[in-house]
Amino acid sequence: MNDSILKTLTVSFAVCLFCSLIVSFAAVSLRDAQNLNKLNDQKMKILKTAAIYDPTELIENQFTRLTPKFVDFSNGLLLDEFDGLDLETYDPVYFSKQAGFSTPIPADLDIAVVKNKEKLGKIYLLKDENNELEKIILPIRGYGLWGTLFGYIAIDKDLNTIRGLEFYEHKETPGLGGEVDNPKWKALWNGKKIYKDGEIKITVIKGKVDLSNKMSDYQVDGLSGATLTSRGVTNMLAFWFSESGYREILTKINYDS
Amino acid sequence: MTVKRYKEVLIKPLIEENPITLQILGICSALAVTSNLSVTLVMCVALTSVVSFSNLFISVIRNYIPSSVRIIVQMTIIASLVIVVDELLKAYDYETSKKLTVFVGLIITNCIVMGRAEAFAMKEKPFISFIDGLGNGLGYSVILIAVAVVRELFGTGTLMGYEILPLVSNGGWYPANNLLLLPPSSFILIGLMIWGIRSYKSDQVEVNEFKLSQHATAPDLTKRELNA
Repeated sequence: MNDSILKTLTVSFAVCLFCSLIVSFAAVSLRDAQNLNKLNDQKMKILKTAAIYDPTELIENQFTRLTPKFVDFSNGLLLDEFDGLDLETYDPVYFSKQAGFSTPIPADLDIAVVKNKEKLGKIYLLKDENNELEKIILPIRGYGLWGTLFGYIAIDKDLNTIRGLEFYEHKETPGLGGEVDNPKWKALWNGKKIYKDGEIKITVIKGKVDLSNKMSDYQVDGLSGATLTSRGVTNMLAFWFSESGYREILTKINYDS
Repeated sequence: MTVKRYKEVLIKPLIEENPITLQILGICSALAVTSNLSVTLVMCVALTSVVSFSNLFISVIRNYIPSSVRIIVQMTIIASLVIVVDELLKAYDYETSKKLTVFVGLIITNCIVMGRAEAFAMKEKPFISFIDGLGNGLGYSVILIAVAVVRELFGTGTLMGYEILPLVSNGGWYPANNLLLLPPSSFILIGLMIWGIRSYKSDQVEVNEFKLSQHATAPDLTKRELNA
């Protein structure tokens, strides 16, 4: 009598219960190891953005070359400490979701659908042997097609030239929007410029960049089949390099050095 | 049940009843994850463990599964196993799991897993079902590894990341075959393998579903008529 309604319901329920127990047990017991991997991966991506990653060396050791700094979005200052928060482990993305540590972005300014922005950001500085600023690595995030893309962008000491771009987490379609991870595409960003006469001009265009075009320094090839992801990347940069993002901070760095 | 039966169930799916080359199942992942051998190996282990354990668990409860919901029950078990494998990969081999992206999750829809559950585990005892799953997983692995070796070796000149054929672009002598890096090349390779296996084991050749009728020939024309 396998096909009675009662039996069908009982078996389905028992199977579901058992399977969900196993799945949740696996998810919970492996969470720590996974988070550690994610953190390591994120650090590797930061090193890659700065173009100093060496696969033969320990990530932790290489990471000491970078100087982390808090940035106060309210006044655009770089800080070494803030209110007892630990600079090494501070995660801006986590704090952007905590009440009291973040501010909602007004809808008309929120072009990249960031929603809430942390009051205190965290950036990395790469210095050369003479202790002079070489690159700045800024965390960026914004909505693509299926979800938020999280990444880092490196800019040169001229505060206008892009030196590298990496995403450490996204939900874009593999093969289409997922091509934001394609090394060939990422290499296109090196040398592109952000501001032209004080205006943000950097754009991911549709199709290939025409090098004879005088705006070609401000344009990056679009990802074919991924219009919305490409647009998302453009919006993300437009947001983070505007007054709602790092613009003020970049001008202050200029004053300092 | 004798040892011979176990052996047969384990060995037969390797070449003779290979799920990929005879039944043409599980082709999608064979195309997608074979450009790099180390990634392929992880995928093979993942699929083999999923198909073995899904066979085992389904066989354990086979007498209690109501036939009206049997596919759903099988899918629930398979999906849970795939999630567990995915979580394990994310915890212990993060790099590869990033490269495999969705293809681990897509094991759920791999026809081999469902096919073995329906065709074998629903009828046979747990242990032999487990062996059957193992055999079929290995059969899948044999083909995938063969494809991956050819694709990685001749596509990038490396194996498991170690340089075997020095590339021209790195100052060596071997010009890389870029076609092999594209997924369609696996189609060609698997096609060649099927051809090879079926020429060797001609009983695998499928019977034609219909026969072409004889060509209707034109009446013989004499030379004179042609010239006219």
